[in-house]
Amino acid sequence: MSHFFRLPRLSWRFVPVWQRNYLVWKKLAIPSILGNLADPMLYMLGLGYGLGSLLPNVGGMPYLTFLAAGTVAYSTMNAATFEVLYSSFSRMHVQRTWDAILNAPLTLDDVMLGELTWAASKSLLSGLAILAVIWGLGLYGNFWMTLWIVPVVALVGFCFGGMGLVMNALSPSYDFFLYYFTLVITPMVLLCGVFFPVSQLPAAVQGVSAWLPLTHAIDLARPLVVGTVPDNVALHVMALLIYGSLGYIIALALTRRRLLK
Amino acid sequence: MLKARGLTKTYGDTEVVRGLDLEVRRGECFGLLGPNGAGKTTTLRLLLGLIEPDAGSIELAGIAVPQRAREARMKVGVVPQMDNLDPDFSVRENLLAYGRYFGMGKAAVAARVPELLDFAGLASKADAQISQLSGGMKRRLTLARALVHDPDILFLDEPTTGLDPQARHLIWQGLRRLIGAGKTIVLTTHFMDEAERLTDRLAILDHGRVVAEGAPRGLIESHIEPAVVEVFGEGLADWTEHHAVRLCQRFETVGETLFCYTSTPDTVIDALRHAPALRYLHRPSNLEDVFLKLTGRDLRD
Repeated sequence: MSHFFRLPRLSWRFVPVWQRNYLVWKKLAIPSILGNLADPMLYMLGLGYGLGSLLPNVGGMPYLTFLAAGTVAYSTMNAATFEVLYSSFSRMHVQRTWDAILNAPLTLDDVMLGELTWAASKSLLSGLAILAVIWGLGLYGNFWMTLWIVPVVALVGFCFGGMGLVMNALSPSYDFFLYYFTLVITPMVLLCGVFFPVSQLPAAVQGVSAWLPLTHAIDLARPLVVGTVPDNVALHVMALLIYGSLGYIIALALTRRRLLK
Repeated sequence: MLKARGLTKTYGDTEVVRGLDLEVRRGECFGLLGPNGAGKTTTLRLLLGLIEPDAGSIELAGIAVPQRAREARMKVGVVPQMDNLDPDFSVRENLLAYGRYFGMGKAAVAARVPELLDFAGLASKADAQISQLSGGMKRRLTLARALVHDPDILFLDEPTTGLDPQARHLIWQGLRRLIGAGKTIVLTTHFMDEAERLTDRLAILDHGRVVAEGAPRGLIESHIEPAVVEVFGEGLADWTEHHAVRLCQRFETVGETLFCYTSTPDTVIDALRHAPALRYLHRPSNLEDVFLKLTGRDLRD
């Protein structure tokens, strides 16, 4: 394993890989957007109005607002994760597209950076769609503050894209990804304050939650929706950057072992 | 054009490539032959800098590999063993996308597309999806794709495996045109007729090292008697014992067939006329005989 590990060497050669994915996506953009967005939107609106009408106020704001802020992060996470799990896996393992690209003057570092930036771009769109609903329904406190959500969403996409690439590198088949969803993604959705405040959880569980990347994403997104400056911005940004970068670096070593042995 | 010295690659306890030396000259078509598992594909991957050798040095188009593999790959086109055309793109889009990976601008690739489609005989299929192409068309497109950046040297890993005779001949025609245009070609194959037809020189690989190297004709002349008489039928064992030992310079019994290698096939055939129960086939010896002599007849899978 050790000789597969080495720090990524980044180059602009990743751009055609990003572009390749973009051009393919563009062909089916409309159904793809609808497919990606319908689910989080329905949850947000259904639960927000249905459950929200029973609740006076959650975390100091109307439940729909609370949930909308959580959904921005959650929907971005899902979009990035799906992209690097199922779609990247198709390109790497099933279609052998990566093999073809590696015969050109690109390295695996370039190919995976292209995949990662693409996943971040695509998930940005998911986050922005939720943000558009927040704007449309007037769920925000200060419009100009909500613009900061755009870079936050891109960062969240990068973070979960990088993490997901590790699963991509390890997976023998599509079925394997289910473990990641049931053991990592779903618990995070429940522990990180998407549907209810983390403060409702037992103290020990709150301690775990504080380490999870989705918590950092939501701690940035929610105050920005409400119109206040998030606490500990640097900490949350660093946490998301570290999770994403470590994911990318580890995934690179694992994929090198998988493809370039 | 291509020089490799003392290449070695080990996986776990298995030495897949063991001190391999290769030299391919500019404008030459060079064949890498060997049974399954002889290390052909690993050698190609080493030469491209996709994997790093444990020992040895490589110079590809004058550039050190793997140290500067990225630059070297700018000058190389690759036709892989398994088709990996992009199924999300049409025929034309496959060429355009591949050109971008080499850093070519849109206009530069677009200008080359008609010529490449023409070369591949796919001008009428420019907008077809990959799934609509036959196996032969896919191979031809893969070959055209490898030429998108006008490389000096072309690597082909078993370019005609799985194709029907018509499709194989089309690929061969394409390769001849490239050789005529002065491209250097390195191809692996286990079709001996393909190697005999196309290559100027070839190396036979076994267990990760070169066991013979030279021009196809020269290898046949230096390694094997000029003619083969294959004998089979009732009473073969008896005939072998009494006649083959005397008449054949070298012989081999494989299953129910005797392979008699000789420079005087007429005397063998004369003797066979007296054994009407036996049937025989007389043919000039070929590269396959050399290959089997050097690598043995055992299955390798």
